[in-house]
Amino acid sequence: MQREITLRINDRDETLVVEDADTLLDVLRDRLKLWSVRESCGVGACGSCTVLLDGRPVSACLLLAVRSTGREIITLEGLGDGQSLHPIQEAFVSERALQCAYCTPGFVLTVKALLDKNPNPSDDEIREYLSGNLCRCAGYADILRAVQLAREKQSRAPVQRK
Amino acid sequence: MADLSVVGQSVYRTDANPKVTGRALHVGNIEMPGTLHVAVLRSPYPHARIKRIDKTKAEALNGVAVVLTGAEIAKMPGVDAHFGPAFRDQPMLAVEKVCYAGDPVVAAAAVDRRTAEDALQLVEVDYEPLPAVFDVLEAAKSDSPLVHEQHRPAKAFADLAHVKAGQQSNICYHFKLRTGDVDKAFAEADRVFEDTFTSPPAQHVPMEPHVTLAYLDEHERLNVWTSSQSPSYVRTELSATFGMPMNRIRVRVPYIGGGYGAKLYAKLEPLVTALALITRKPVRYALTREEEFLTLTKHRVVTKIKTAIKNGAITARKCEVYWDTGAYAEIGPRIGHKSGYTSAGPYRIPNVWIDSYCVYTHRVPAGAFRGFGVPQVIWAYDSQTDMIARALGADPVEFRLKPALEEGEPFATGTLVHSFGVKEAIRQAAQAIDWTKPRAVQTGTKRRGKGIAVGVKAVLTPSISGAIVILNADGTANVLSSTVEMGQGSETTLGQIVAEELGLSLDQVHIVQPDTDVTPYDTITAGSRSTYHMGNAVRMAAAKVKTALCEIVASKLEADPDDLLARNGRVFVRGMEERGMTIGEIFLAKFGSLGTTLAAEAVCQPTAAHMDPETGQSEKCTEYWFPSATAVEVEVDSETGRVVVLQLISVGDTGTAINPKHCEQQLLSAAVMHLGLTLFEEMIFDEGQLLNGSLLDYQVGSIKDMPRSFRSVVVEVPHADGPFGAKGAGETGALTVAPAVANAIEDAVGVRVRDLPITPEKILRALAEKNGAKVPGN
Repeated sequence: MQREITLRINDRDETLVVEDADTLLDVLRDRLKLWSVRESCGVGACGSCTVLLDGRPVSACLLLAVRSTGREIITLEGLGDGQSLHPIQEAFVSERALQCAYCTPGFVLTVKALLDKNPNPSDDEIREYLSGNLCRCAGYADILRAVQLAREKQSRAPVQRK
Repeated sequence: MADLSVVGQSVYRTDANPKVTGRALHVGNIEMPGTLHVAVLRSPYPHARIKRIDKTKAEALNGVAVVLTGAEIAKMPGVDAHFGPAFRDQPMLAVEKVCYAGDPVVAAAAVDRRTAEDALQLVEVDYEPLPAVFDVLEAAKSDSPLVHEQHRPAKAFADLAHVKAGQQSNICYHFKLRTGDVDKAFAEADRVFEDTFTSPPAQHVPMEPHVTLAYLDEHERLNVWTSSQSPSYVRTELSATFGMPMNRIRVRVPYIGGGYGAKLYAKLEPLVTALALITRKPVRYALTREEEFLTLTKHRVVTKIKTAIKNGAITARKCEVYWDTGAYAEIGPRIGHKSGYTSAGPYRIPNVWIDSYCVYTHRVPAGAFRGFGVPQVIWAYDSQTDMIARALGADPVEFRLKPALEEGEPFATGTLVHSFGVKEAIRQAAQAIDWTKPRAVQTGTKRRGKGIAVGVKAVLTPSISGAIVILNADGTANVLSSTVEMGQGSETTLGQIVAEELGLSLDQVHIVQPDTDVTPYDTITAGSRSTYHMGNAVRMAAAKVKTALCEIVASKLEADPDDLLARNGRVFVRGMEERGMTIGEIFLAKFGSLGTTLAAEAVCQPTAAHMDPETGQSEKCTEYWFPSATAVEVEVDSETGRVVVLQLISVGDTGTAINPKHCEQQLLSAAVMHLGLTLFEEMIFDEGQLLNGSLLDYQVGSIKDMPRSFRSVVVEVPHADGPFGAKGAGETGALTVAPAVANAIEDAVGVRVRDLPITPEKILRALAEKNGAKVPGN
């Protein structure tokens, strides 16, 4: 069945007609062309389609679009001010924490959620929190360093940035 | 190399910004109006004759453009229904019979993926099951059910010119190496060690599954956007398969989300092309993750290895290597050859006998997987080398160092080795893990152990990379190269090489992404070959452009061209920087106009010498070698069998590092990827049916599987002919992880696991056996 819904995505209201069976991933990619959201496993096991839902990382492939109304949805396109890189992105660049980078948007958003919730996570907490995001290039050492750097940056500059 | 300014610097990735913002172009973001989407019905049987296909109901479904079978493709005029890089054995859709559970049988193209899937629900297929063979050793026997009655060589690559047509056997390729007198050495040996090692099929799991979009443009030319590691090959294959002129086919590859060998040669492109030709509409096929598991695997390998010891030294080694290449040969013969000839190790062994068999079975096809088969052979030889050292009471490091080949000595193929930092790699690995530090006496159930392994891979030879460098009047350059940026950092590396050669800054160099309309031929983006081959090609092309600049400057300033230097966007007389011209001035002098370009092409084409088909001897079997060593420290819980990797050090000889940090990254991340393949990754089959073909069931290493402590060590033994002395780095870190872990486990708890992955269950069984306990079933 089709129905019209309004989704709050990256600070904008998007009203569209969707099928009940459409996942949030279908809508973000195929309808709204938010290409940073990537399909990979389709079963919520890899984190490539991570978006923030009211600040928490979720797999967009497992969430129906019709169940996402009334929530604040952030994709990588909505991170920061749209002009310059977010400090987490800067950390990923300077620590070279990306290779093929198909997984990178999901990682960056998950790190954002982690640091918002826990500004000073231990290395074990970082490992635990990021364990739902897979990087097949296996650049985990670089990603770990990037999160450590972002953690330090954040503690130096406590200005709230989205 | 002191006066280098960009090469040798750990510059940041030039593709970092598009990648970290998620804006990088992928095939999945390219849209054509009116695109049809594909779903494929796959065989439930591992081997069966197709008796009947009824697709009338599917075709009648609203939104369905076409429902296609292999029999229909076979009837398309001028079309070869089969493709493949070594043998043309793989049908776009099964013709007459299916050869593995998961073999594509019927394709539907419809307005959206869901409609295409619905259509397939309405297709009826009757099969007549046939006897099947799943074990590689069974399949190699003469009375085994045949996967294919005939083998038809593809003739697509020079290095596979010796692959022969064959029939009435599942062995589609047999490599032989014979040197010395192995029988005599075994007869005279003090001790003989004989072991069998296995490694399982595994999946590459690129985070971006395969995706291909094809359409006919306004000139009726075939346009293909595809997530491929081999755009040039895809064009060749489509031309051969569809009988189309090569200039009527345009293959483009944007950034791809990982490959690791999975995206080599042709995959979805022939089928998608057939559908685009039939429907005359743009057609997209994106594999689901589950289909990815049914498309390609790492080769399952069984290696029987027998080694003779005389006076404490290895005097002979006999290796029988069986490659389970699955239902279609894919690149198995190349792997059986290139990895086969290295399967006795990087050691001085006077008598070597190798048989390497590439064997069809009724399982998912196997192909290239980061390391190209070499991790599987090193798993065997450097596990056994370690076992021998321990059995002889020798130090495993010293035992390897003594026979490790040195510069100028012959490899088992007779080829004299050059730029061969094996000894240095072993020493660095040993030092990094404090090998000589006395081990503490251990009690309790958790025991620590250290392990080292070493091995070497030879680069695919011959192979070809062509490049064009276009210098613009403003001192910026465009570089045309068919090397695919799949995460390895090739855009950065190639940019550094061109910037260095032309005296530009890195941001003045743009690497054009592969587009067969404009970028010259390149064999493949794989096998740690791009830095060397494409690096040489872009460097030589840039050098030609520089020569042209220098000639103009020399005539204008009446200087000797040999005295000129290109630096900072200028060409000037060495030692007299003020006596020179900017690139803009040079262009004005030549053309009288700005906006002009100077271009040059170059091809890097290393050759191999003939390899004797009976003895595997060749004056030159490879252009270069990459030695690898891994050192690990593990803690094994003898009550649970659980292994914790406390330390991992990955050591690789990359030649001169163009970008040292990126070399370190490649070594370490390849090693971390292979730690998962060592400890838990495995595709499990039952009677040819894949049991764990999704990411819910197949485990891929996460950040939690990272060792507690890790680093990589780049050994730089320059190669005389490499660009600035460079070789490659993509696979090196992958090569020696598994035996290093197994060796460390034996060091810790005294048991040896010969079958990958090394699961807690296998360790517990081995411990129980060692303690004389009875172990129930396998």
